[in-house]
Amino acid sequence: MYDLLGIFMFAGALFLLSLGYPVAFSLGGVAILFSLIGLSLGVFNINLLGAIPLRIFEIMGVKQPSILLAIPYFIFLGSMLQKTGIAENLLETMGILFGRIRGGLALAVVIVGALLAASTGVVAATVVAMGLISLPIMLRYGYDKELATGVIVASGTLGQIIPPSVVLVVLANQLNIEFKVSVGDLFIGSLIPGLMMASAFAVHVFLVALLKPDAAPALPAEVREIGKKALFKRVLSVMIPPLLLIFLVLGSIFFGIATPTEAGAVGSLGAIIIAAANNKLNWTALKSVCDATLRISTMVMFILIGSTAFSLVFRGVGGDRLMVDLLSNVPGGQTGFLIVNMLTIFILGFFIDFFEIAFIIIPIFAPVAKQLALDPIWYGVIIGANLQTSFLTPPFGFALFYLRGVAPPEIKTEDIYRGAIPFILLQIFILVILISFPGIVSFLPSLSQ
Amino acid sequence: MENLLKIATIIDKINERIGRLTYWFVLLMIMIGVWNVIGRYLGRWLQMKLTSNAFLELQSYLFALVFLLGAAYALKYNEHVRVDVFYKDWNRKQKALVNMVGTLLFLIPFSLVIIYYSWNPVLNSWLRGEISPNADGLPIYPIKSFLIIGFILLILQGISEAIKNWAIFTDRLPESGGNE
Repeated sequence: MYDLLGIFMFAGALFLLSLGYPVAFSLGGVAILFSLIGLSLGVFNINLLGAIPLRIFEIMGVKQPSILLAIPYFIFLGSMLQKTGIAENLLETMGILFGRIRGGLALAVVIVGALLAASTGVVAATVVAMGLISLPIMLRYGYDKELATGVIVASGTLGQIIPPSVVLVVLANQLNIEFKVSVGDLFIGSLIPGLMMASAFAVHVFLVALLKPDAAPALPAEVREIGKKALFKRVLSVMIPPLLLIFLVLGSIFFGIATPTEAGAVGSLGAIIIAAANNKLNWTALKSVCDATLRISTMVMFILIGSTAFSLVFRGVGGDRLMVDLLSNVPGGQTGFLIVNMLTIFILGFFIDFFEIAFIIIPIFAPVAKQLALDPIWYGVIIGANLQTSFLTPPFGFALFYLRGVAPPEIKTEDIYRGAIPFILLQIFILVILISFPGIVSFLPSLSQ
Repeated sequence: MENLLKIATIIDKINERIGRLTYWFVLLMIMIGVWNVIGRYLGRWLQMKLTSNAFLELQSYLFALVFLLGAAYALKYNEHVRVDVFYKDWNRKQKALVNMVGTLLFLIPFSLVIIYYSWNPVLNSWLRGEISPNADGLPIYPIKSFLIIGFILLILQGISEAIKNWAIFTDRLPESGGNE
């Protein structure tokens, strides 16, 4: 009977989280609550709580620098490009470049969204930024509402899977408890899947523009005809530098020249230099970017602290053994486990944010995955791809909420929901391909070894 | 109630100051991080030791300071992410009630437990004068202490938020008075 305490703890956490108190402290509070219940039932050793500060010391990088150190740098890099308007200029210039073809603006959204998402790795940041920047432009030039909103939310979620992203850093950190997986492995492994998704979106936009010309018209001539010289200047000043920066950060991690932390630190300096070169750097901008970096990284780190407490107590009351028993007895071995695992993450993705899933679910599933001898890199990447899909699923897809928050009133919530559907189907299609052909994920990592 | 709100205002001011000071550490982190990279490559090329573990550890510790000292500040600005499936549709009073109960039942007890269980490790670290085992390593006891300091600030901010939420719930704080 007491074996089931783990299940109550999990259900209790989901219930209390749904009340809307901040996740970090809800998880911590649930941990304390259930350690007391476990204590009174005589199934929990209260001294286990003493391990919580020791784990936090590890998170703080005491004695041994932690990989989590890369997080603030990537957040800084993304905020800098966004807050100084460089990301916006990048999009506009691409829109002009692609403007003469139908659907060009939407293609620009896919490309810039993918890059912006890649650099921040934070879905909320990307969707909000792209919504503010590109939705008004697309509507002004007569784009179909569903296509315009769908392409924004879908591109925004690409940050889940295209490296370098905070999300993959956290995922690697969580998987590392069971496996030996480096952040670099996950970055490299998710490169091809990420590009496949971005290409699938681009092809979709292209086909829609071809079949329904009214849904995605070309830019009017007077907007895109700014003269070859002016265009060339814009490409040189606002398009090439941020693209180059992102490729340099990616490349140095890919080729093992720099660790993610090093690449992030240098990339942050690069973002400052680009802002300065565009005359966008001033004291106020720098201050607000530092402020945003502090707030977002604090939020992430405290979810990690709360969930550390949660999973320690969860194990303390025997929840992990229970989960392993339940899940390793799923018929069908690897396939059965994968189906249960993927469905669980997909469904939870309707309700809770990525970070919570990474912190609560991964520690529960990872030991079973290890027992079944799954390739850890492939396993990590398909979890990332799966989560990305769940961000888009109505009615609780987080990306949809973020866009709703910044979209003009003439966009109905149903437009956003309907707009997301083709992209959800595309993502599920890619996910199934990745699961069926693990070679797509493991090809690049095998080269780098 | 008036006095309680005054206390809340004082706590808010303290954490605001600390937050505004702490976010500059982000810039310092970038400078030190870049120097560590330059030092590693330039140093190897020049056959000189330009960087050391002290700088690598300093980089980590600065980030630890950012999120430990930033936690209360982030709470003040409602930055800690929520599952807002239902929350977003509730009115101001209902939200205040959830936040007050959450603070009293989750945030403060959790913080107290962390402080209680880190007390001995931190004290021991001070008594031993614990220093990092890495070559040129920094002392460890100061940074460990910030775990306790960070959570004390968090409890204080929690008290301030609970006071403000109670005031909202009992209609004693007008709409513009909160931080939300």
